[in-house]
Amino acid sequence: MSITDTIRTAFAALTANKLRSSLTMLGIIIGVSAVITLMAVGQGSQKGVTESIRGLGSNLLFIRPGQSQASNVRAAVYGGQSLTLVDTDAYAINDPERFPYVEGVAPQIDFEAAVIAGGESTRTTIIGTTPDYQYVRDFYVRKGQFLSDDDISRKGLVAVLGQRVAETLFPDADPVGKSVRLAVGPGGMIVFNFRVIGVMEPKGATTTGDEDDLVFIPLPTMQARIPILRNPQGLSNVFQISVKVRDRGDFARAEKEIAALLRERHNVDKDDFVILSQTEVASLKAAETEISQTLWAAMAAIAGISLAVGGIGIMNIMLVSVTERTREIGVRKAMGATQGDILMQFLAEALMVTLAGGGIGVILGISLSMLANGRTILEQSVRADVSAVSIILAFGVSAVIGLFFGIYPAYNASRLNPIEALHHE
Amino acid sequence: MVKLTNITKVYLAGDVPVPALRGINLQIQAGEFLAIMGPSGSGKSTLLNILGCLDKPTSGTYDLDGLEVSAFDEEQLAVLRNHKIGFVFQSFNLLRRLPAIDQVQLPLLYRKVAHRRHLAHQALVDMGLADRMAHRPVQLSGGEQQRVAIARCLVTSPALVLADEPTGALDTRTGHDIMRIFERLNVERGITIVIVTHEHEVAAYAHRTVHVQDGQIVSDEANSSPNRSSTAAEPSLGGGAASEASTP
Repeated sequence: MSITDTIRTAFAALTANKLRSSLTMLGIIIGVSAVITLMAVGQGSQKGVTESIRGLGSNLLFIRPGQSQASNVRAAVYGGQSLTLVDTDAYAINDPERFPYVEGVAPQIDFEAAVIAGGESTRTTIIGTTPDYQYVRDFYVRKGQFLSDDDISRKGLVAVLGQRVAETLFPDADPVGKSVRLAVGPGGMIVFNFRVIGVMEPKGATTTGDEDDLVFIPLPTMQARIPILRNPQGLSNVFQISVKVRDRGDFARAEKEIAALLRERHNVDKDDFVILSQTEVASLKAAETEISQTLWAAMAAIAGISLAVGGIGIMNIMLVSVTERTREIGVRKAMGATQGDILMQFLAEALMVTLAGGGIGVILGISLSMLANGRTILEQSVRADVSAVSIILAFGVSAVIGLFFGIYPAYNASRLNPIEALHHE
Repeated sequence: MVKLTNITKVYLAGDVPVPALRGINLQIQAGEFLAIMGPSGSGKSTLLNILGCLDKPTSGTYDLDGLEVSAFDEEQLAVLRNHKIGFVFQSFNLLRRLPAIDQVQLPLLYRKVAHRRHLAHQALVDMGLADRMAHRPVQLSGGEQQRVAIARCLVTSPALVLADEPTGALDTRTGHDIMRIFERLNVERGITIVIVTHEHEVAAYAHRTVHVQDGQIVSDEANSSPNRSSTAAEPSLGGGAASEASTP
């Protein structure tokens, strides 16, 4: 029998019993759509973590104030910092003679403030930093320019806006060259006028927060204008020093030598700073999402089981169908159908059920993923990312299930004795 | 055309061998119209199955159109059935869900042939079913169903038509109609026909009658006065069960 005739015959047999065929298909539809949706959510959260780690820039060490006990690492990451680091520490690290593997150093102070321009206002984080920040954090200005060495030495009243801040304050206009006001201190009492010199590229959320919701100003400007940031020695405290290291292989050496330098400068026995590598920061953040990823993976595995159950359902129905149609098989054999013809006919039926079910399941799975994307489920914001791999996998698995669970009933059918089959009641 | 030599068939009932055929020798010439008669369990169905290449003899040789069938494997037998044999059954054995035109095309699905629909259409027209093409079995009378089955058997132009109690499920009048069709096919087209029956009235249409008993041929005689169409309307032609008792 030709392939088209086999397919036509199988199709006719399936449409002859539509309810049964649909119910048989349902198991596969549910299994495939569940696998695709859950894999999409799992992959989405994985991708979110990966991207936020990549968003930090590459080969970074972070130096933060605080004690170095392991239990304090968390505190250092999440705040509660004491003020032990100063801007001159950063300048000392940026010494190519002593630390040839250091490619860039960016000290920073973060401060909450209201930014006002025209009638618009938003509350955001102000970061006082140096021109190196762009290169160190791999985060560049898109329009205009970033802070220059000249801005640093003049303690200029210039600001670079993050993408979202720019959009909020200047929805219709080009912010570059415009003026914004920063209101800091209790009740926003201290107000400065800044000139916008640039807008950052969009970057999205990373492990250190939403990087589009920031405003950058020169570090010395911040220190000069906000006296509470100065410490008793007359130096300026910084909250974090980001150090870009040439190569990952230099991490251990860099950590050790920078620690030695800081101990020497601070003249302490017990470290009053913490050095974290990029991966340490990322892994702490990742640990939070890891739990949810495990959950999604477990759910996807359960969905996989439902797919197998769907396959068993198909086998069951195929066995019933073969028994019901014993006489038909006998007639076909008497008419000259070979064992191969009968085997292919029933296999084609099983395959068509699973492939049709798989196809509907894929469409349903993609729809569900699109529906879930961006919503909050189980107190987590869900990001669903349907990959071509999961679609091919789900489709392939349905085909394999059709073959695996269809072949036994089809083989049984093909082996029927035509004489007995013809006399079957 | 058909030559059976020393055909035996032994079935196993558990471990006990049960002989169904014990040394059948039979020759059928092309264009013959033969009836095989015999009581239940005589082996006539086994004989028909072997003639129809549905079953293989335990020993002996079967020569069909010059082919030594007893040496064939399953696959070859299937192809042989498709090309040489046409079956007509007591219970019609039509597929429940197919319209007549598709029923008739069924054997053609298993061979490479063009114009399937056309051939099937012609076969149904020959059976006087031109207006029944799209009807499913439930929409057809018993006689019409058997005519669809005959069309299905003829569409492949078989060398040998085997009919197993073809009137057994039909009323007397329809039974005669069907037998007249076989008669016409034999006379007008020269098709070789073998009918298994236990009704003398049915066997009377054949030109030769073979009696089988206990797996052996006990008589083989020409029918000097075959039941012609003119005498066909005998009221004595009974249903299957009723005439069982009258079988010798």
